[in-house]
Amino acid sequence: MQMGGHDFSRAGTQRDRQATMASRALEIEDLKTGEVAEAVYEHPLIVRVCHWINAVALFVMVGSGLQIFRAFPSFGAKIPQKDLLNWPKSLAIGGWLGGALQWHLTFMWIYIGSGLLYVGYQLFSGNYRQVLFTKRDLPGVWPMAQHYFFFGPKPPLKEAYNPLQKHAYTSAIALGILSVLTGFAIWKPVQFSWLAWLMGGFHLARLWHFLIMWAMLAFVFGHLVMVILHGWNNFVSMLTGWKKDPQYPSSG
Amino acid sequence: MKAYRRIDRRKFQTVTRRELLKLTPVLALGAFAIPKLQEPLLKAGLGFSDWASSKFFRTGLLAPTFADSDLTPADKFPINGYDVEDPEVDLDKWTLTVSGAVQHPGEYSLAQIKTLPEVSQNTRHVCVEGWDVIGHFSGVRLSDFLQMIGADPAARFVSVECADDYYESLDMATATHPQSLLCYGMYGQPLTRKHGAPLRLNIPTKIGYKQAKYLTDLKVETVLSKFGYWEDQGYSEFYGL
Repeated sequence: MQMGGHDFSRAGTQRDRQATMASRALEIEDLKTGEVAEAVYEHPLIVRVCHWINAVALFVMVGSGLQIFRAFPSFGAKIPQKDLLNWPKSLAIGGWLGGALQWHLTFMWIYIGSGLLYVGYQLFSGNYRQVLFTKRDLPGVWPMAQHYFFFGPKPPLKEAYNPLQKHAYTSAIALGILSVLTGFAIWKPVQFSWLAWLMGGFHLARLWHFLIMWAMLAFVFGHLVMVILHGWNNFVSMLTGWKKDPQYPSSG
Repeated sequence: MKAYRRIDRRKFQTVTRRELLKLTPVLALGAFAIPKLQEPLLKAGLGFSDWASSKFFRTGLLAPTFADSDLTPADKFPINGYDVEDPEVDLDKWTLTVSGAVQHPGEYSLAQIKTLPEVSQNTRHVCVEGWDVIGHFSGVRLSDFLQMIGADPAARFVSVECADDYYESLDMATATHPQSLLCYGMYGQPLTRKHGAPLRLNIPTKIGYKQAKYLTDLKVETVLSKFGYWEDQGYSEFYGL
């Protein structure tokens, strides 16, 4: 796959190509010390752009969504109203219901736009293979879980993401799609009444929308913990695309 | 064994710096953090949402209707007044004042309005706050009334004013929707004062704050000087469901 304007040669068998999707790799030589490090181009530009736009958009959507929720913090009847959770105003965006709706109805287009661009790019470029959790990732789930949660030995990394990582990212993308669908069901319960019906009605759609937000926040929490644990090179790769010392076979 | 290309460290730094700079367009989102730009940007975003909403709106599509067993009990139907719950309308002397782009402006009594065919429907009332109820509404089609008063079909809006100084507006596509009612009854009874006696709007394809109560004036117009009580404070102008 030819990407971008660089002309770095790459080698590798067909199997490797499918397994790693790391289409470009480099050896970096320090001319003073003679030390050689490896680097792979892990995140294409569109993925990085979408990632950071989405990070901002998700932050605004959650913050304004919680302010909207404050207007009726319940999933029951209006009369009598039983509040589920009184979310503090200081941890919300928009200041009042009208303001929060302005943020929510503005950033939802940014959120949807970056989501569509991301999913579209992944599908058409084939880069989705790096992220999508499939059947062949199943056998690796348990060893990886043992490593993460029970201090088991670290399974050798064969590609950019380990099976649990793929599972997390695939789930996050699914949650993103569901957050939009449930959102449309409660924003337009007449024009998209079939969506609300699929979700068990307007009432339940609003509950799903809320629960999906918490699931997304759980992902974000785990994601941030892992980013901190995996260090600088890993973090930088989402900025520059290049990951130094990838710890997995890059091309040959 | 390793067949990939070797470059020196400084060249690699140039490559990564160039890649980092390609992300700068993302910083444009920072415009939302600049106080001077925030308001116009959010206004534009809300305006885009309203524009998209008007495109989503399908005139032939009916809002879901419900069985009597699904109704929220009458005493559990919330009363949301923005100011007073009962503006003390003199029901005996009440008339609806019609003006604007119409052939027959003037005062219309409730009896005159009731000569139009009656429609009853069980529809969902969705509040912008997030709650919803299902109510039973009776009245006449707003489209029938617009015909009665000879409204200009090319006009873009129907606006109303209320006895409590509330005011609202509807786009013509919504006003002429078959489920849009001039409503004079709820749950088989004449409208109670708290629910907007003697006449209110029941628009199942719109959000709750569009369902104005205690109507006193109805105007057909193309250029609105004001949109609605809540709209003019920053809520969505279209807010179709």
